Amino acid sequence: MNQHLPAIIVTVPLLSAFVITAAGWLNKKLCFPIAIAALGVSLYCSISLLISVASGKIIIYNLGGWAPPWGISYTVDPLNCLVLVAVASVAFINIIATKKNVEEEYPDKIGAFYTLYVLFATGLIGIVITGDAFNLYVLLEIAALTGYALLGMGSRRAPLASLNYIFLGTIGACFYLLGVGYLYIATGSLNMKDLSAILPAIYHSKTILFAFIICLTGLFIKMALFPMHAWLPNAYTYASSPATSLIAPLTTKVMVYAMLRITLDVFTPQYSFGTIGISHSIVWIAIIAIIMGSLMALAQRGLKKMLSYIIVAEVGYMVGGLWLGNRAGITGSILHIINDAAMTLCLFLAVGNIIYKTKTDSFDDLKGLLKKMPLTMGAFILGGLSIIGVPPTCGFFSKWYLISGGLAAGHYAFVAALLFSSLVNVVLFFRIIEIGFFEPFKEHVSGHHECITDQIAGNRIMIEEAPAGMVIPLVIVAGFLIFLGLMTGNIVTSIIQFAIPAGIS
Amino acid sequence: MEDVISFVISKYNYWCYIVLLMIGLYAMIVKNNLVKKIIGMNIFQTAIILFYVSISVKKEGTLPTIIIDPVTGTHTARAADYINPLPHVLMLTAIVVSVATLGIALALAIKIYKEYDTLEEDEIFAQIRKK
Repeated sequence: MNQHLPAIIVTVPLLSAFVITAAGWLNKKLCFPIAIAALGVSLYCSISLLISVASGKIIIYNLGGWAPPWGISYTVDPLNCLVLVAVASVAFINIIATKKNVEEEYPDKIGAFYTLYVLFATGLIGIVITGDAFNLYVLLEIAALTGYALLGMGSRRAPLASLNYIFLGTIGACFYLLGVGYLYIATGSLNMKDLSAILPAIYHSKTILFAFIICLTGLFIKMALFPMHAWLPNAYTYASSPATSLIAPLTTKVMVYAMLRITLDVFTPQYSFGTIGISHSIVWIAIIAIIMGSLMALAQRGLKKMLSYIIVAEVGYMVGGLWLGNRAGITGSILHIINDAAMTLCLFLAVGNIIYKTKTDSFDDLKGLLKKMPLTMGAFILGGLSIIGVPPTCGFFSKWYLISGGLAAGHYAFVAALLFSSLVNVVLFFRIIEIGFFEPFKEHVSGHHECITDQIAGNRIMIEEAPAGMVIPLVIVAGFLIFLGLMTGNIVTSIIQFAIPAGIS
Repeated sequence: MEDVISFVISKYNYWCYIVLLMIGLYAMIVKNNLVKKIIGMNIFQTAIILFYVSISVKKEGTLPTIIIDPVTGTHTARAADYINPLPHVLMLTAIVVSVATLGIALALAIKIYKEYDTLEEDEIFAQIRKK
């Protein structure tokens, strides 16, 4: 049983997606338990895989017993085991936290929603675990297609935003496919391990250079690196909260992982960071992404759109950290994939709760919310502190690694951009705290008496928290931010340091 | 000059796919009608499918099947004559993906039409700005 875990982690959610559709026809109440059971199995598999690859072991699973390069192999190594756990746990927690919201948002489409949900998780888990370049494309499209549909099931403007995402997402995926095609022409292989063995002999070839660049460009579009980010903010803002809090924490992070896999594993770091000489320019793109993402977040008047632009900035962190090309930078980049998934989940779940209660996410309607929804706002503030990078939350530690990577590489502009973005985040989140805490009364100007009655009424109906089923998972995620922060040392020494190829100092 | 012509002609399959790719990209960027954009997207995907299929072409190649001569009972086809079947198989998957993408895109286009009563992008934006 145990040696089949890498196959089970993908096949169980894949097959149960079909079962959910069928169950939806019979009885809508069956969908949720099946979905949660399938994601639970994935989570269990991912955690036991994490335990078994800790301290640098590698598991290679050949599907159907076909040895690579003929068959598709699934690989679990220190680079992807953490991302695997992050994807599985975000999907698992989010499905519990949004149960009530889904029931109210899509009363007739529960079966369809959970089918897409589980397929989306399957796609992302598959991208992370696969060891085959073409299989990665197929799973990328599974995740993307279900993502388009989930994002399209939202408010009035959601379909248009989602269609925009389809156009850009398709261009991105097609570029990646083209790159894989060129790699196949040059090497005759699609297996990542096999590719990395064949490629060094032909690194001088222009075909390989083109394949590398076009693969990266495709992934940059998919991860919404700054000039290619146009699809992200609208798609995430207008979608319904259960879909956003699933897709926003995961999509960009998994694409960053795919970039890590291509640059570090399929190609050698010496080639990616040295021979072709583009690392410097990509770090500069990342710097611009961080600055622009932060500035555009500053200009927003709605929580969801603000958080979407923060994601654009965070993508800049991870891309920049990788392309610094040193140990601290790459450690920070890998660590930030997990931390950012947790932070974004926390923030979007909190926003989901706020929208569930107040039906809006604009700043003007947050007044007095800190008193009405103390737990939700508490978790939101904790997530905000983590994005800012306040110790002991996890955001501090990955930012610390990124900054020390920037200093070690002598890239002071990157360090400055990180500090600038932290300062902007301070402004962003303290503005919300201010609105939520210090402006509790709606009618300041309407006279003294009303103010007092308002206060009395305010004291009576103090707490209007979202239902317990939504708040408890959120509080757990918020606690997890601190837990991840405290565990940073263990994560780095027992897993991440083995993920970085030897020869990078 | 002759070198250039022979360079272009000898690699004509690549030129074809690049031209198709650019047509698709152009339609996606420039066209105002959403359905035209969707068609552009489909051309874009098809160009890559053609690229994959064209790289496996072999002159006077044959299908990768076992051919037994009825008289002598020996295997007559030579492996060197086989057309590489792998790109074709990969593209079967890519075709399925592009059909699914098209389906979702059209479904969203229907939803957009119900919402705004038009598929022209500028008219939709005008309606959004009015609100």
